[in-house]
Amino acid sequence: MRSVEKTGRTVEEAIQEALNELGIERDEAEIVVLEEGSKGLFGLLRGRSARVRVGLKADLAAAKSGDRSATAASEEEARRLDDLRNAAIERGREFLVGVLERLGITAGIEIREDDDIVYMNVTGADLGILIGRKGQTLDSVQYLVNIVANRQGGVRVRIVIDAEGYRERREQFLRGLAMRMAERVRRRGRRVVLEPMSALERRVVHMALKDEEDLTTFSEGKEPYRRVVIVRKRPLVRDENV
Amino acid sequence: MHSKEMLRFIAESLVDQTDKVQINEVQGERALVLELQVADEDMGKVIGRNGRVIQAIRTVSKAAAIRDGKKIHVEVVD
Repeated sequence: MRSVEKTGRTVEEAIQEALNELGIERDEAEIVVLEEGSKGLFGLLRGRSARVRVGLKADLAAAKSGDRSATAASEEEARRLDDLRNAAIERGREFLVGVLERLGITAGIEIREDDDIVYMNVTGADLGILIGRKGQTLDSVQYLVNIVANRQGGVRVRIVIDAEGYRERREQFLRGLAMRMAERVRRRGRRVVLEPMSALERRVVHMALKDEEDLTTFSEGKEPYRRVVIVRKRPLVRDENV
Repeated sequence: MHSKEMLRFIAESLVDQTDKVQINEVQGERALVLELQVADEDMGKVIGRNGRVIQAIRTVSKAAAIRDGKKIHVEVVD
């Protein structure tokens, strides 16, 4: 957490401005008055303005210990966030282990992090029960793991659960399907409606076809029966064609 | 019963008042109904916005029920 320096006509004004900028309350703040400021004489001479430094309490405590205070404080803050993040990941992992146990699955969990997303890949045999029909169980487990991991606040982690690379394979399948159906729309000129899919899967299809300039995709219907529709874009009517 | 175990585990992982989690089994016509009871303040946590959480709980509990070889249905009761 950073601290800010503000100047104002009075100490009070400067403090208020700093608090507003940091978005913190006065009782959370450590306030250092750098200059008291003084009124001008009868308004004839310009007074000196007041200057204050305001930050979160703990940070400024660290800041007292010398020159590299700011880096020390931010390092401490980074460590604190790291600890919170690791604790959240651990809560998620423990919950996942508990779910697997109760599904009667003995499996390993590989964890890797990429782009702020935590991937937990369950490895083992007979993971069909974990995946469920069209990955529905896997999606539900993932949803619950995220809630449990993020129950205590402070940080937000995004966890993706996979089972023996199921998501990767399914994504490839969906991209292939999207391309084949796109060809069908081109050949027959009629819209193609895909089978119902989850929001995550529909997104894969939309993304796969977003660069096809002669086609458009959209979703229709109500969850859980929402489906992707692929249609030809209506050709632009040009003047010379009229 | 694995499904009941699963339901209890998930519910206790989501609520604040774990000691208030109760599950009753009621034999329904087509399936065994698992009635989930939690503290009033924890209701929102097991139901979720638009019932998304309870829907996920149902899906995962049903997966566990496959091991029991039973059909189950999860309901939240107050």
